[in-house]
Amino acid sequence: MSAVITVPESLDESAFESVIDQVAAQPADARLIVDARHTAFGTPYGITALLCLGQSRAVRPTLMVPEKETTVGYWARAGVFAHAESLFELSGRVPAGRTGASSDVWLPCTAIAGSEDVHKVVSSIQERSEAILGQELNADPRMIGRFAMTLSEACQNIVEHAGRGGWVMVQTYSWRRIGRRVVQIAVCDAGIGFAASLAPSQARRFGDRWSDARALESSVVQGQSRFPDPGRGQGFAGIRRFLSPWEGKLSVRSGTARIAIVPAWDDDVPMQEGLSSFPGAQVSIIIPGKAI
Amino acid sequence: MSPTHIDVGAILEAAYHPVYNDLVTRATGRTVRDRIEQRLADRGTARLTIIDFSRIGLIDFSCADEIVATLVRRSCGDAPGYDGCFLFDGISDAHLDAIEHVLERDALALIVRISNGGHRLIGVVSTRERETWEYVLREHAADATAVAAQLGVDEHEATHTLTALERRRLLMRDGARFRAPLGAVA
Repeated sequence: MSAVITVPESLDESAFESVIDQVAAQPADARLIVDARHTAFGTPYGITALLCLGQSRAVRPTLMVPEKETTVGYWARAGVFAHAESLFELSGRVPAGRTGASSDVWLPCTAIAGSEDVHKVVSSIQERSEAILGQELNADPRMIGRFAMTLSEACQNIVEHAGRGGWVMVQTYSWRRIGRRVVQIAVCDAGIGFAASLAPSQARRFGDRWSDARALESSVVQGQSRFPDPGRGQGFAGIRRFLSPWEGKLSVRSGTARIAIVPAWDDDVPMQEGLSSFPGAQVSIIIPGKAI
Repeated sequence: MSPTHIDVGAILEAAYHPVYNDLVTRATGRTVRDRIEQRLADRGTARLTIIDFSRIGLIDFSCADEIVATLVRRSCGDAPGYDGCFLFDGISDAHLDAIEHVLERDALALIVRISNGGHRLIGVVSTRERETWEYVLREHAADATAVAAQLGVDEHEATHTLTALERRRLLMRDGARFRAPLGAVA
């Protein structure tokens, strides 16, 4: 059985929920046709989450690529198709160009499976950070290191907890709703998710109240880890420490719940439960910059 | 006895190809700490070990915990894993971001030599401990009588504070006098 999944014109974190809702309504073995022909814009979150959708399916789905030339060209430069071709049957005109050093993407879609991948990402981002952070965010030089640390900790979430590989992508864009340029770090995987990762060490104290939402609270807010060693659980605590002075936003979706550390400029809700189920964990970090 | 010097940049170079100069990921931190601990085990008894970060670019929270906080944790307490004190050398502002975070989280403290050469006690210490440590640093060495006179406390309290700093490996004892573990340039 085949089912068409319509990708919205603007594929951001909020819009991806509609994709998840459509996928959740289909049987696990349905053959999905993911129709992104009319998609004109994708944030790093939307793009990396789309790759997770491909990764999560038992039957290889089809991805109908964007028809708009600028969009499909950008997705090619951002490395989307380089990863998507191993997850989807690609349908439509895919440009032959590959991701390169001159790409207008800050950090293209990059696969994260192990520690060495995180090293490469951190090295790469530092090379480009100084100019971009200065131009986009009026950032002081100390921010470059903090930004790279934030990225490193977010990526390690995949290495330590996902049980399979995922993707990271970083890009700046204009966010009209808040009238500012923003930098988004997105780190998404279709692995085991927070509840399964933390259950052996944390579930007992919650009893039958253990859920995706409690797992997210334990990790993101309370800094709990599935590892018993002292000092574990530093990642999200460190990310929150850096985001606070930048008025940055952190959101993490896993399973059927989503938690957000919401800055004053946004009206998002801190916790959503009862969402349609989606495997793994999807992390978004948004740092606001100059007014547009 | 001269201090033992451990170059973290050299350990990182020896451990990884291609060579990285950033300490990121818990796996990297574990590898580097294992090699530092091997050096500590091989060196025999040394009163001071200088752990040199001057060739390290970035340290993330996971590496700061795995290397710095773990070494400090294991050097303190009733059954310390190592003898002697640590001086964390070549520390930049970028390093301090992550190191201070992990120290605060676990109420640890340590002595760093900043890239410009100054020494600093960072992490979680009480006001009395900090005043005592800074006095000893200024004087190069001091006993409980001198500390008590300087800080206006009784000698029993001064002894208690000095001993607590020694147990946390933030001071070294020479007979009745205490001094900060500052390395060769002190």
